[in-house]
Amino acid sequence: MFEYARTAVEGALAAGATYADARVVLAKEERIDVQNDTVQALDRTEQAGVGVRALYGSSWGFFATPELTERHARRAGERAAEIAKASALVPGPPLEFADVPVVDATYETPFEEDPFAVGVSDKVDLLLEVNRIVGAVDGIAIAQSSMTFWDTDKWFVSSQGHRIHQHLVESGGGFDATAVGEREIQRRSYPQSFGQFETGGYEVVRRWDFPGNAQRIAEEAAALLTADEMEERETALILESSQLALQIHESVGHAIELDRILGWEAAFAGTSHLELAGLGTHRYGSDLMNITADATLPGALGTFGYDDEGTAAQRVDIVRDGIWVGVLSGRDTAAIAGLPPGGMVRADGYNRLPMVRMTNVGLLPGDSSLEEIIADTKDGVYMATNRSWSIDDKRLNFQFGCEIGWEVKDGKLGRMLKNPTYTGITPRFWATLDRLAGEDEWVFWGTPNCGKGQPMQVAHTGHPASPARFSQVRVGVRA
Amino acid sequence: MSRASDLVEATLARVPSGVDADARASVGNLALTRFANGFIHQNVAEDSETLSLRVAVDGRVALATTTNTSTAGLDALVDSAVAAARLSPVDPDWPGPAPAAAVPGIEHFDPSTADASPRERAERVRSFVEAGAGLLAAGYCETNGGEIVFANTAGQRAEGRSSQAILDGIHQTPTSAGSGHAAGVSLGSLDAGAVGSLAARRARESADPFDTKPGEYEVVLAPECVATIAVFMAFYGFNAKMHLEGRSFAEIGETQFDERFSIWDDVTDDRAMGVPFDAEGTPKRRVEFVRDGTTVGLAHDRRTAKKAGAESTGHYGPGSESYGPFPTNVFVGGGDRSAEDLIAEVERGLYVATFNYCRVLDPKSLSVTGLTRNGTFMIENGRITGAVTNLRFTQSFVEALAPGRVLGVGTDGRFADSEFGAGFIHAPSMRLAGWNFTGGASG
Repeated sequence: MFEYARTAVEGALAAGATYADARVVLAKEERIDVQNDTVQALDRTEQAGVGVRALYGSSWGFFATPELTERHARRAGERAAEIAKASALVPGPPLEFADVPVVDATYETPFEEDPFAVGVSDKVDLLLEVNRIVGAVDGIAIAQSSMTFWDTDKWFVSSQGHRIHQHLVESGGGFDATAVGEREIQRRSYPQSFGQFETGGYEVVRRWDFPGNAQRIAEEAAALLTADEMEERETALILESSQLALQIHESVGHAIELDRILGWEAAFAGTSHLELAGLGTHRYGSDLMNITADATLPGALGTFGYDDEGTAAQRVDIVRDGIWVGVLSGRDTAAIAGLPPGGMVRADGYNRLPMVRMTNVGLLPGDSSLEEIIADTKDGVYMATNRSWSIDDKRLNFQFGCEIGWEVKDGKLGRMLKNPTYTGITPRFWATLDRLAGEDEWVFWGTPNCGKGQPMQVAHTGHPASPARFSQVRVGVRA
Repeated sequence: MSRASDLVEATLARVPSGVDADARASVGNLALTRFANGFIHQNVAEDSETLSLRVAVDGRVALATTTNTSTAGLDALVDSAVAAARLSPVDPDWPGPAPAAAVPGIEHFDPSTADASPRERAERVRSFVEAGAGLLAAGYCETNGGEIVFANTAGQRAEGRSSQAILDGIHQTPTSAGSGHAAGVSLGSLDAGAVGSLAARRARESADPFDTKPGEYEVVLAPECVATIAVFMAFYGFNAKMHLEGRSFAEIGETQFDERFSIWDDVTDDRAMGVPFDAEGTPKRRVEFVRDGTTVGLAHDRRTAKKAGAESTGHYGPGSESYGPFPTNVFVGGGDRSAEDLIAEVERGLYVATFNYCRVLDPKSLSVTGLTRNGTFMIENGRITGAVTNLRFTQSFVEALAPGRVLGVGTDGRFADSEFGAGFIHAPSMRLAGWNFTGGASG
């Protein structure tokens, strides 16, 4: 497949581009979705094509075609260059492109069990078993379970000489139990909302033991219908690690994207409360806050060998002892900011433009445990599993809802609370981080549905996190 | 025959006898020119061919989709779908393929938009940028077009072409932003200068905003806000799957809303976009959801129609098995007031240009949290007296439109951007008695 990528690059250069790169992508996806005792969806998708990016002056153009022939690949390169020339009608400042090592390399996701070699019947049987357990619990109206698997080959070539083949395998799934009351709906999910996804094979699904957790999750969903509402107040908030992972994603991960900081996403996703002048001095949170973007973590969903500009995966410090020290970047954004490129530019398929995306943006673990944190809390609430998320266009003002909460009194979990929510302002919230569980409870949560860009792209990102406490947070907000 | 027809027929010809099959081919292009900081920074285009095949083997159902339309690709598509279906349990809710039925003879298609050049999009961008001299512009201009052909083993055939042009952007001052938006079947119908001028005016007028106290305010909502309300109501409420599962707020026959509120779906409207049949091949028709405040209908696909004992309204799309049927040609009924009149009738309240990042807290009451963006203004004694910083709201959309709560509806209906995207919600401005703001910019 390298020949189609090379031909596309040659087409762009022949049409006047000063730089070009191209990716041939073959991507398979299998999704199984079971509701109660019915297979709602058994979908298999295959995508194949070549996308080529061309630079003309300071302007970019991108073109993609599903036709994998020499003729179509060359024409795609030519059209990318033509589009770049049209971009120059409304040109920007001179564009630099940060240097990265030119490599001829391969990378493959380590996995134990090819998810596409596991029989559909085996997968469906597991999901039906989970739904049977969930559905047998009194009060449960809907049992829903699903699995999704991705197998992606990418061949990347650049006019600077890159030649990289990668084979990425991602797997995961989950289930949820829905209880429908007279005027309300309560839901519990496992392992987290939308399921848990990792780089790896079918072993990911086996390890999370869906059937072994089905009864507990279903009983919690049913119990929520008669649980008390959380009252609105300011108190200590303890977050379960998957909810903290989403908190990191929304209030740190997007805010540190350099394209947002530079204003490139201003009209859609938004900008950032961070200004580059504050890099190295701006206090993001308490001293316990240490965030890294690490695309090399084994098994995490945002792990790969090279990004879609040919830059090697790497670990970058983002927040060190509460101080903001790093960003997510690519070759052009890094050059503008005068920073080393972070290898964080990825595309959703052959037909999308690579852009700055999160890798594995996570909070390094502390030295406590959830048990110790609860025991050390006189008055507070514990919330688990995301239900809703909303944050403003600068990533400052957020409000999250969780599926379930419990009051914490005198070091013990108390009443179950339904419809728990909390709200805050990003740096003020992170400044109250005062307890953090350790490596034993550090989970590489995966987010398979991070939307960004126009046309919309969906990225797979990872967010390592362990349970944590925030000393003073406004909780229980509702209409 | 067209390329899409060829693909569909070639696919069905490969399906083993006795297997029910729906084949759908989409052949077209999409181009999007994006700008920020006043220049074009991303500019993309693609030719696309996508072929989907849904099969039912003795009631065992599977779907396969591919962009590989070579002979080998078609063979693999059919093999993959049939093999997966054979391994699947029987689907008791499989409604069977759509019967042969005539499709409305309408086409929302402009060939010059489908073939628009990158230069034509760049010229629109330039007009938008130049309309806000001294301001910082960002946004996009998109054109797309193509053909969709559907055929199944029950003899249904449907084909249609569609095109779409969208211009959406903001102008920014150091302390504010203002937005403008236009969409239609034809790129030529979009006045980029006017869209840019509106965004620039809103940006300048919302500069140097002040904090206002959260609480309940009377509001005048611009079409973008009303479109977001409508899209959430369509997805979570007028969706027959949600309704069958007890998750919808919709109560058929009940006067749940103010008499000034009506909402329906109608691909046959001259202003609509898209093709007049769904991905199951069912012809689309006008469906009323709320008429003068009373809930009267739901969007169905063949699966929900079978369960409910109703007929499909032509609202199946990819993913509908899981998420339910979803309307894509939604109109919110217009009123008799200009946007200026709506503002003039407010003693004290807020004017909101757009909502941002809305998420459902409870689907049954359609309680939603989100923020204001790109222009929030204080109204006092019928006049806009200043800009306020963005606010967070937590509000039941159903309660906001309840009887007596809609105080006025605008004559300014147009396609508006929404939380779920552009091009499928046509909405006017609306004046509501109350909206619950639960937090300000500072928390």
